[in-house]
Amino acid sequence: MTPMLNVLNGPQTLGNGRFFWTGFVLVLMFALGYPAISDPYDVGNIAYLLLSTLTALGLSLMWGYAGMFSFGQTAFFGVAGYTYGVISINLGASGGLTFLCLLGGVAVAALFAALLGYFLIYGRVSGVFFGIVTFATTLALAAFFGQTAGPEWAIGKARFNGFNGMIGMPPLELPWLDDNIVLEGIALYYFVLCLVLVVYLGLRILVNSRFGNVLVAIREDPLRTELLGYDVRKYQLITFVVGSALAALSGGLYTAWGQFIPPASMGLPAAAMPIIWVAFSGRQDLTATLVGTFLLLLVFQTITVYSQQYALILMGFLLLITVLLVPSGFVIGVGRLLGRLGRGVTS
Amino acid sequence: MTAILETRQLHKHFGGLSAVADVSITVMAGEIHCLIGPNGAGKSTLFKLVAGTYAPSQGEVLFRGEDVTRRKPYERVGRGMSIKLQVPSVFRELPVAQNLEISLQRTCRGAAMEAEKARLLEFLQLQDDAGKPAGFLAHGQQQWLEIGMALALQPTLLLLDEPTAGMSPQETERTGEMIKSLNAQGMTVLVVEHDMTFVRQIAQRITVLHLGRVFAQGSTDEVIADPRVEEIYLGKGHGH
Repeated sequence: MTPMLNVLNGPQTLGNGRFFWTGFVLVLMFALGYPAISDPYDVGNIAYLLLSTLTALGLSLMWGYAGMFSFGQTAFFGVAGYTYGVISINLGASGGLTFLCLLGGVAVAALFAALLGYFLIYGRVSGVFFGIVTFATTLALAAFFGQTAGPEWAIGKARFNGFNGMIGMPPLELPWLDDNIVLEGIALYYFVLCLVLVVYLGLRILVNSRFGNVLVAIREDPLRTELLGYDVRKYQLITFVVGSALAALSGGLYTAWGQFIPPASMGLPAAAMPIIWVAFSGRQDLTATLVGTFLLLLVFQTITVYSQQYALILMGFLLLITVLLVPSGFVIGVGRLLGRLGRGVTS
Repeated sequence: MTAILETRQLHKHFGGLSAVADVSITVMAGEIHCLIGPNGAGKSTLFKLVAGTYAPSQGEVLFRGEDVTRRKPYERVGRGMSIKLQVPSVFRELPVAQNLEISLQRTCRGAAMEAEKARLLEFLQLQDDAGKPAGFLAHGQQQWLEIGMALALQPTLLLLDEPTAGMSPQETERTGEMIKSLNAQGMTVLVVEHDMTFVRQIAQRITVLHLGRVFAQGSTDEVIADPRVEEIYLGKGHGH
């Protein structure tokens, strides 16, 4: 157990002690048992919230750890969603093939991220301009897909449908013995939970590795890092592709979950959301990002039932007070407090 | 002795301004070579041309016999250069120990890294500050930490741009002793400096730059005894 914990723990994550891992196991046990105490509709809903945390984790890696402010997570979300639609509709996919379609969607979005990232990073675009260009990219994609209402805008059998969005793609289906399990409701919940767990633990290993050490060095001082012999731009490009691919995974899963992907998923309010989740939570810690994003989404969704406008206003307000009062993030602040309490308990 | 670093007819223009003009210097393996000159002489520009953060307008940089003129800074570091900039640039939010680890992980790992980290912390007299964010260190300590990060790469050539800038006389003297002890272990050091007391303490050979050109070159005694060098430092004109 200890060697495994060694690679998960390190200076780049806040929760490293017995106190943290005990809490982690308890939360995980609750999450595993949750479908037994809740109705299937709510469980499916929670699966939707969980899949959005992947976008946030990707942004935390780029922005919080490597100092790359990407405002374009939704671009990769959308590209993966539309690609999943195009591939799966044209193949008439079912069973295990739907997973290959998801993989295809993520791969196309990752390739797009590699191309965009290459020109930005090797063109030495950084800081706020990196945010502006990635933001412009997602808005351009939203505008483009928004005007694809005509029948000429189709790839094979998959029509884009303009503002209404693409529909008709199949949900994910997991081959099981001689049958296929459709991933919706409880099955989807467990699948997304496993995925979030794997991504979270994988990112913990990554940021606490030698690679992660270089990432935080780049965030602090890119020139100093290069003068220690690191090819800074190569590290930035890899990070950008990984972070964007996580948004793409969210997008692919979202499309399969709702069997629908609209251009609005790449528009202005959608693009601002990951920034708010991660800024509010605390971008420099994966756990804070995961927990904060999930809670924020839960609150947002609860309020949206009554009024979407109020929910958006609340999000804007939260971003404002985070930037003004706790620039490092609210959840990370609570995490640090709990960490001190934990050390107090164990000592 | 063999040459470890050579510049051949280096030029650097910024618009109409010629910051470095026709500079050819040779740094021999195993020496402490100081690059001196009054403000605006082109010392820092030449340093950046050698480190690779500036590309020359003309001329060549040779490191261990290889033409590295078009090589990026990280590629030069990979070939055995190690660079400390004028302004202390440590990773301010990260602990002192992690600053060293980021550098050390290029050359060692595991127990060897821990041992080397402990040795460097002791050499830099930062044992008690290992857990502190580097930004909390005093200015002089940050300069030492950055020297330590440069040393962690186990370089064959250590490049230092004004390593004592902003230091107290005691800290300056200790830095000089540090550099001399590294040189005694065989390390070649190129130092850009304008503090003549410090230069006298450490230099074995000196190149004097003035208005972007090589003004004088030679052993420390020869250069310091040269009345023309004193003139440019004190701002006197020739023949006065």
